[in-house]
Amino acid sequence: MLLIHCPYCEETLPEVEFVHAGQAHIARPDLPSSQTDEEWEAYLFIRTNEKGIHAERWRHVHGCGRFFNALRHTVTDQFLTTYKAGEPRPELPVEGGDQK
Amino acid sequence: MTTTLSSRHPGVLATSPAVEVSLAEPRGRLSLRARGDLTPFARVLGFALPERIGQRAEEHDIRAIRLGPDEWTLNTPMAAVQRLLEAFAAIYPDHPHSLVDISGREVSLVIEGAQASDLLSIGCARDVEAIPAGEGRRTMFDGTTVVLWKDAADSYRLDIWNSFAPHVLDLLKTGCAELAAEARQA
Ligand SMILES: [Zn+2]
Repeated sequence: MLLIHCPYCEETLPEVEFVHAGQAHIARPDLPSSQTDEEWEAYLFIRTNEKGIHAERWRHVHGCGRFFNALRHTVTDQFLTTYKAGEPRPELPVEGGDQK
Repeated sequence: MTTTLSSRHPGVLATSPAVEVSLAEPRGRLSLRARGDLTPFARVLGFALPERIGQRAEEHDIRAIRLGPDEWTLNTPMAAVQRLLEAFAAIYPDHPHSLVDISGREVSLVIEGAQASDLLSIGCARDVEAIPAGEGRRTMFDGTTVVLWKDAADSYRLDIWNSFAPHVLDLLKTGCAELAAEARQA
């Protein structure tokens, strides 16, 4: 089982309390009606499918209920860090490596 | 056949030599969502809302636990619910918030005894022993979201939504039987 650090609860907790919620840092266009079909398609569907370090959203659904972001290595499943929603993607290497 | 736990009388539901599970008396339960300056809410309650997730505060049998960045549950005597709803409504125009009476939504099980932590470990992936006494956590128990209040090292309360309560109780009964069988072998 993975252990995931919730940046709101400030605890490292079992994976079963969390759900994955897709790629992070995808901003919804302010004016959807101004988008071309291609732009809207890119917003809705086109993801990087990263092999390596991936910024992704998680939700502590059976805990504090908050969405937050994580940097996870998609090959090793290692969580490099987690950070609060709205914060920029941290620079790598992340200090301390894995979980706090 | 499942029966709703809320229709049963408070009392002992399952036992083993070192742990006992019982249904708690009905309590008032209010869900509070609020942001920004929290002092107006402290004034209404008579004590400050806990600041850290998992922390609790209590005064005059009104217990508050912080469950999320902007979420608390108030556990109160039944008689206090209406008074609190009115008092919070009075500050609503200046301090918008959400306060919902969820008293009918949940039941509480009390789990007490030297093996209380062992019993909880059959359904909870968290290390419940690591939770400090006097705090609480919303967590998952065998697929069900629950709020776990830890009153002492060997005393817990578990708030469970009505529809999940029979399932959780059945699992705890099985756990009690297993602990009892272990005790007989020892
Ligand atoms: Zn959390």
